[in-house]
Amino acid sequence: MAEQPKTDSPAAPLERIPFMQRVLDNPFLLLFAGVVVPAVIYILWGVMEISQIPLVK
Amino acid sequence: MTTAVAETGMIGALATKFRICPATGLRVDLAAERLIKANAVAAVVFLAIGGGFGLLVALTRWPAVHLLSSDLFYLALTAHGLDVLLMWIIFFEMAVLYFASAVILSSRIAAPRWGWVGFVLMIVGALMTNVAVLQGDSSVMFTSYVPMQARPHFYLGLILFAVGALIGCFIFLGTLVIAKEEKTYEGSIPLVTFGALTACIIAVFTIASGAIILIPTFLWSVGYIGHIDSLMYKLVWWAMGHSSQQINVSAHVAIWYLIAAVTVGAKPLSEKVSRTAFLLYILFLQLAAAHHMLVEPGLSSEWKIVNTSYMMYLAVLGSMIHGMTVPGSIEAAQRKSGFTRGVFEWLRKAPWGNPAFAGMFLSLVMFGFLGGISGVVLGTEQLNIMMHNTLYVPGHFHATVVAGTTLAFMAVTYLVVPLIFQREIVWPKLAKIQPYLFGIGASGISLFMMGAGTLGVARRHWDITFPALDVTLPYGYSPAASLMMGLNGLSAILAATGGVLYVAIVVASILFGKKVDASNAVAALGPMPKKVVHDAVAKYGDAGTWHLPGTYVLVGLFFTTFILYYFVNWKYLSELWPMQ
Ligand code: HEM
Ligand SMILES: [Cu+2]
Repeated sequence: MAEQPKTDSPAAPLERIPFMQRVLDNPFLLLFAGVVVPAVIYILWGVMEISQIPLVK
Repeated sequence: MTTAVAETGMIGALATKFRICPATGLRVDLAAERLIKANAVAAVVFLAIGGGFGLLVALTRWPAVHLLSSDLFYLALTAHGLDVLLMWIIFFEMAVLYFASAVILSSRIAAPRWGWVGFVLMIVGALMTNVAVLQGDSSVMFTSYVPMQARPHFYLGLILFAVGALIGCFIFLGTLVIAKEEKTYEGSIPLVTFGALTACIIAVFTIASGAIILIPTFLWSVGYIGHIDSLMYKLVWWAMGHSSQQINVSAHVAIWYLIAAVTVGAKPLSEKVSRTAFLLYILFLQLAAAHHMLVEPGLSSEWKIVNTSYMMYLAVLGSMIHGMTVPGSIEAAQRKSGFTRGVFEWLRKAPWGNPAFAGMFLSLVMFGFLGGISGVVLGTEQLNIMMHNTLYVPGHFHATVVAGTTLAFMAVTYLVVPLIFQREIVWPKLAKIQPYLFGIGASGISLFMMGAGTLGVARRHWDITFPALDVTLPYGYSPAASLMMGLNGLSAILAATGGVLYVAIVVASILFGKKVDASNAVAALGPMPKKVVHDAVAKYGDAGTWHLPGTYVLVGLFFTTFILYYFVNWKYLSELWPMQ
């Protein structure tokens, strides 16, 4: 598996990488999303509901 | 700045010792290789222990055998859940993370010393929790719901174990950064690594949730905190307990792609589609944790339905995409290799005698048909009420986590032993039947527990006949329930036999297997149609065809089964509450 000959045209490096591919190529952005989404929709929302349950006095 | 980075990179790279894998041509960092070995061995040890407890549990739940006393039953059930679900799976996943980053990217591994710190923490933690359970007063089951209280070292062990695993996740991310800076790969990371990244991201959320809930629970067990709200506990605990199952799903899907790539040269049908499916996992899979809370009165229907329906179905969509593209990529590769006759020649002539391939395909089919369908049924709020806390639940997750994840991990071991331990598999004839034995046994326990659950048999219950009460109860389970539990016991014996065989083959191969070198490197991977190892696994790139008649038939079969079974359950439900 030696050096791959460059088959792309010389303009290739200048080509814009599509937005979604840039998102998928960024592990830390994905990590951020993967932690924040469930933290808000599942944990935070759930905790808010539970803390609003009135206590018996 | 770029030069500085490049230089530290060079220094790191110079200090690293590599070997070139004779089968794949990949550069293997020896430090990564040692970490993979240690974690894989620890995993297998805990599988052996936890599997043994599983057999004892199943034999107790078989009314005609009823092996253990009630105390020992709950002890064994706790140990079973912890040793297999946490220890076996997560040790193995650490090995998968190191493999999918350092080895597949031909990179040096980040901070290998920290890898050992993490490993030691995990071992110490796992032993500590096991000791607590075996001492007998921590039979709180692996969910450890408050206000049940275990000994402090039960929780402390779990916390240490989790910290160790978190270190492994950061090493994985660090290795991705190094590989990118040192340009060990071109363009985007290969799909298998992307799947491992998905697993790693979900693991970070899982472990954070675990810390949020287990640290206060530990402090409560030593008396520093007076009270923990049981509903709050359940909510946050399941953010860990459920998400950790999604680490497994991501990891075993990555392994399906890996085995397909190595054994038949399969390339993803579309990198874009498969990556998007993983993205759906990252965003939505963890929310389905709410399906464990569906009968809790303290939470609103809005919260339940958003988390388990609207969002979760997006994650299920992700699984269905993988469920189609994995067999699709195999079909595409096999057709390219010339197996083009009819709709299914590609499948008939697949390497069924190769335990890696056979285990992978069985895992795929059983995860989809048994685990996936029953999961969607259980996750539907209205249907859940029929099966909640019955044996249907363990039935469902033995399809996902045993027939799915565990079998996939076993399958990939048949590649890891020759590639990383550099040993041939001993007893190839036994290895050939092992995935079938374990797979049939696992689908048996899964199906029969689901059957018993449909008849109302409770999970986590020592007895279903209650002879000790010495009275005739006004209500008893139908005789079919006992039959189900007996068949479950028989399947457990079958699965345990497959499990023992796996452990024996792996241990014997590592100790006594013939050494692998350039002369036998490819043959050691088991029978493969083309007798070459493809580089598809380490490259970004599509198969470039959608001509997949066989896969479309399989997908059609899946949807038909799915829809029929789903509506059968709605019919059951309508019969529970007749409207007159
Ligand atoms: C020989 C293989 C196995 C057998 C025979 C077996 C059997 C069983 C049985 C009978 C139960 C008890 C159901 C109940 O009474 O509620 C159970 C529970 C469970 N099993 Fe397994 N199992 C096996 C392997 C596995 C594996 C490999 C995993 C995970 C990767 C696993 C995870 C679990 C979990 C998490 C529970 C629930 C424990 C609890 O309710 O606290 N099992 N198993
Ligand atoms: Cu779950």
